[in-house]
Amino acid sequence: MKYFAKKLAGLVATLLAVSFLVFAAFAVIPGDPATAMLGTEATPARVEELRARLGLNDPLIVRYARWAADFVRGDFGTSYRYNMTVKSMIWDKIPITLTLAGMSFVLIVLISVPVGILCAWHAQSRLDRTVMVVNQIIMAVPAFFSGILITLVFGLVFHFFTPGDYVSYHTSWSGFLGYLFFPAVAIALPKAAMAAKLLRTSVIAEKKLDYVRTAYSRGNRTKAVLYRHVLKNALIPVVTFLGMALADMVAGSIVIEQVFNIPGIGRILLTSISNRDYPVVQAVIVCIAFLVIFINFLVDMLYRWIDPRIALE
Amino acid sequence: MMGKKSSTNFKVGAILTGIVLVCMAVGFFWTPYDPEAMNSARKLAGVSLAHPMGCDNFGRDILSRVLKGGGTTLLVALGTVAIGACCGIVAGAFTGYYGGIVDEVFMRINDALFAFPSILLGLVFVSLLGSGKYNVVVALGIAFIPSFARIVRSEFIRCKNMDYVKSAKLAGAGDLRIMFVHILPNVMTTLSSSVMIGFNNAVLAEAGMSYLGIGVQPPDASLGRMLSEAQTYLFSAPGYAMFPGAVLILTVLGFSLLAEGIKERRQGS
Repeated sequence: MKYFAKKLAGLVATLLAVSFLVFAAFAVIPGDPATAMLGTEATPARVEELRARLGLNDPLIVRYARWAADFVRGDFGTSYRYNMTVKSMIWDKIPITLTLAGMSFVLIVLISVPVGILCAWHAQSRLDRTVMVVNQIIMAVPAFFSGILITLVFGLVFHFFTPGDYVSYHTSWSGFLGYLFFPAVAIALPKAAMAAKLLRTSVIAEKKLDYVRTAYSRGNRTKAVLYRHVLKNALIPVVTFLGMALADMVAGSIVIEQVFNIPGIGRILLTSISNRDYPVVQAVIVCIAFLVIFINFLVDMLYRWIDPRIALE
Repeated sequence: MMGKKSSTNFKVGAILTGIVLVCMAVGFFWTPYDPEAMNSARKLAGVSLAHPMGCDNFGRDILSRVLKGGGTTLLVALGTVAIGACCGIVAGAFTGYYGGIVDEVFMRINDALFAFPSILLGLVFVSLLGSGKYNVVVALGIAFIPSFARIVRSEFIRCKNMDYVKSAKLAGAGDLRIMFVHILPNVMTTLSSSVMIGFNNAVLAEAGMSYLGIGVQPPDASLGRMLSEAQTYLFSAPGYAMFPGAVLILTVLGFSLLAEGIKERRQGS
């Protein structure tokens, strides 16, 4: 419980720090939001009036407090470029990016755990070596390039899907998930290769420890030793890696969305960056950062559950 | 058994990296054609003796552009790692050596920055500074500081109570001297493989950002940029995407094998 409270306090502190850093970064950039909204033709008086109305003349910390309070209430501000709230722009895009990241995560686990265990159990066999060489190559392929390869092979040559023919989840969930499958594979491949390698190394290291020999000598069968003893310990570094990978995947989906023409959070972020539409950029980045920090928090909790010794440190 | 495997990783990695570096160095001074020269007659031309990788949608020689673009990618990665490692070493050394409240505050900020995946942090900085080659270096460089600072800090914490540090203190060495003359060289081995991995991540991040169109700007060639341009012609001219992609993969593969080889050597010895 004390561990939980400590981690929760850390979570809140990091959230505040991150949101303040992002807010401050966007506050110091040259360029006046009021001028951006009214255009360069606006009279100084009108700009000044809008500045006062937006509260831009207040000190940074006051503006941050106001922005943070609005943010917590779900008011992410108004886009400079399009006269609409940021929330209405990003709200229905969030499920798209989250589904994509979630699907890739499931794929990573489904691929890496069996491959890692299989290779570790048959370490140095021909199978293990072949898989590890393939693994090493897959790790070197950037996700967006595997996306391009998948588009070429499965989209253009075999016609498993039509590139660019995105189906919204409002129209059909099955079509939506079907379209996201290949992008998810593209994101998952390099991470799955890394996770499999990590799990393999970790299982091999655990296999040599005394408690495994004891477990055998007490008459356990190979499978029982593997699943009940070795795997639980070997998973610890893999869980850390997967937690970090999940955070990376949310960011990685920004690039993959572009490859497969998916109108998710990444698309909004990129258009807003080129439009210099800062309230949108700021909101999207804070949202992603919060998500990442929250995932790290969950990983810490999961850790504690896998290895209760961690709380003692 | 282990010894043989470690040398395989190291050798293959060194050979791949060597080939890539030599090609990029050559591309820096000489390319078969002008990488920016357009020729509408050769638009999307296939592989031929005159153009071993074919031509792009403007009739520019892809091999020349790959050589030039690969060089840009490597330089960006080099700059990124240099900024990240230098600042990271200084930050990690001070926080790890002194500890206390400075360390606490610094590590909170570090954790906050660490929460950002590097490409996202790169995006933030590019949206603040504007796109272009040099801004990408600065943006990614800053984004890479936390990971280096973290590694250096934990190594400094491990080393600062060791006997050789104590004896240096007794001999009257100042803090700065202890940090950078005595401890730092001992941290270098650990740091070297992180530098390699960081270099790889920088190559990938730059390629990703240029692919998104916010990294290196035309007319500068970059592997990521070429891939994004090639995607439109994926079916009609697959080579346009495959060659830059292959070069990217070989670069990353070479460096990761080399990093692995170095790590194995260290563990072996």
